[in-house]
Amino acid sequence: MSDFAVEMRNVTKAFGDVVAVDNVSMAIKQKEFFAMLGPSGCGKTTSLRMIAGFEHPTGGEVLIDGKDVGSTPAFQRNVNTVFQSYALFPHMTVEQNVSFGLEMKRVPANDIKQRVGQALDLVRLPQLAKRFPKQMSGGQQQRVALARALVNRPKVLLLDEPLGALDAKLRKEMQIELKTLQREVGITFIFVTHDQEEALTMSDRIAVFSKGKVLQVGTPLEIYERPNCRFVADFIGETNFLDGKVSAINGEFATVVVAGDKPFVGRVNGDVRVGADATISVRPEKMQLLEKQPAAPNAYEVRVHSIGYVGSDTRVIVELGTARLDVWEQNSVSTLDPNYFFRAGEPAWMTFKPENALVLAN
Amino acid sequence: MIQQIRERKSLQILGLMFPGAFWLIVFFAIPLLWVLVISFLSRDDLGFPAQPFTLDNYGTLVRDIKFNPSITFDGGLEIRLFDGLYLDLLWRSLWISFVTTIITLLIAFPVALFMARLPKRWRTIMLFLVMIPFWTNFLVRTYALLFMFRGNGPINVVLNGLGVPPLDILFTPTAVTIGLVYGNLPFMILPLYTSLEKFDWTMLEAASDLGANTFRSFFRVMLPLVGPGLLAGSILTFVPAVGSYITVELMGGGKINMIGRSIAAQFSDAANWPFGSAMSMVLMVIVTIAAVLYFRAGRGERAAV
Repeated sequence: MSDFAVEMRNVTKAFGDVVAVDNVSMAIKQKEFFAMLGPSGCGKTTSLRMIAGFEHPTGGEVLIDGKDVGSTPAFQRNVNTVFQSYALFPHMTVEQNVSFGLEMKRVPANDIKQRVGQALDLVRLPQLAKRFPKQMSGGQQQRVALARALVNRPKVLLLDEPLGALDAKLRKEMQIELKTLQREVGITFIFVTHDQEEALTMSDRIAVFSKGKVLQVGTPLEIYERPNCRFVADFIGETNFLDGKVSAINGEFATVVVAGDKPFVGRVNGDVRVGADATISVRPEKMQLLEKQPAAPNAYEVRVHSIGYVGSDTRVIVELGTARLDVWEQNSVSTLDPNYFFRAGEPAWMTFKPENALVLAN
Repeated sequence: MIQQIRERKSLQILGLMFPGAFWLIVFFAIPLLWVLVISFLSRDDLGFPAQPFTLDNYGTLVRDIKFNPSITFDGGLEIRLFDGLYLDLLWRSLWISFVTTIITLLIAFPVALFMARLPKRWRTIMLFLVMIPFWTNFLVRTYALLFMFRGNGPINVVLNGLGVPPLDILFTPTAVTIGLVYGNLPFMILPLYTSLEKFDWTMLEAASDLGANTFRSFFRVMLPLVGPGLLAGSILTFVPAVGSYITVELMGGGKINMIGRSIAAQFSDAANWPFGSAMSMVLMVIVTIAAVLYFRAGRGERAAV
């Protein structure tokens, strides 16, 4: 058994003149919960479809369990897909849908019955075996789609926007359930999503796609705390960007002069050089607002532009010169005093620690 | 108040139904009933229906069927239990119509599939092309077809040029079948296309994903899902084919007789309206039973997979 369930080596897929996937390489480990994340049209779904066998690369190789599957058609691959629309067969009952794959592999009838029963137990739907897909809710259909794929005991399970069609509450539940399910069955899950929160909460590792390329592959922690470029920092979570010129580099830290006269210090991340343009990226929850000037670096006087009270925290928009920045203050004190918060129009001091900000090369 | 609204609503529905219902009653139900009545009447000297009421018209048809088992090898094995002029006629009509339906289906399916896969704009153009024949009178088109297959018609001229022996199929069951396929093709393509256009192609990917090859994907997933269109197209082809008249008359050149042509003869040359009516009624019942059985079989098959 290969260390990797799936490998993509310099994979390119072009549809006519349009390059959907551009020289993508990545390796997905056995039993990993792997997310392919990106905005629509970034190549994540095409990559998934190449692993499934619905598309074939125009360049490079796709390996499943160490074997090149370049010319293997979908129906001979040991991977199964949960489709975005579920694609359940409407003319078959739940039971017939789930047993379809086993029938195609000519599994003996007794084994089919047993395995279909187990699969429906796994997704907690045994009582609905005789129903037709149309008679079920979206969440139930999704479980049937999962059972139909997992019953085949695939090497890899592919999920295309699996939670996209569910409402917010159900989505949260299914996130946890999918994660539990994956641990139970011990199968590699690869799922495609455009929802960064979903990717962060569910996956062991994430590949961030943009315009057909993979920009970064890493754990949720790495992707959020150490994005390697402006796109990743912007796409995952919220962040503030301060553009400027690098004036000095001191070990792990660099100073970026913003708006000609405001030096900010942050952690170097990537190929940063003195004199070059760079961007400071700092997340709103890592910034602080103070009434008085602190004795710290990265402290500047700002004007409060507006306040958004969201219960758990207060989201303040401040103005530094012409730039607007988001600062999230945790509401760690229980109070009914409206004067406890900053108010629009008031001056304040904004600061953040150098180790909590990143200096990204442009 | 609510009662009033309900009443008004049902009045509205009655009002909306009226034109259609009126039309169906006057131009469908009453004439059909009239044919039924005539089929129980005797004929006068001119062949028109007249008193008294009789079962004799149906009696003739029943008496026509004789138990006469035979095995012949005249151009192919033929085993038959019964014999009879009208029975033969009916059997030939059903058989030619069955063959017609199968051939029409085999031609129409790829065409409908091709159309459904085209970009939206091209689909409209193709639909338009399929419907163009309706703009010309059916009789004229059948004459044109007749001309195509004539001894010195365009097809034989081309075959001759290629050094192939000429086709001599005019006035044979083959010619009638070709005529029927030609005439019914649009009625098969349109319902099939409608079914295929609604078909979710992800279904085929799902089938493939679950290990089904092209052949099994087609029979287990695609065919059952486009079943309604297939059933509709087959019925729309088979039923008119059984009772067809113009095509048989022209393409068969009077040498091929089918039940529809025979019925027509009862109303003209043979001058026996009551007997013609009885034949019509029997044909209608048989075709209805066949169609119902076919629908049942289709539904049963879909439930089984």
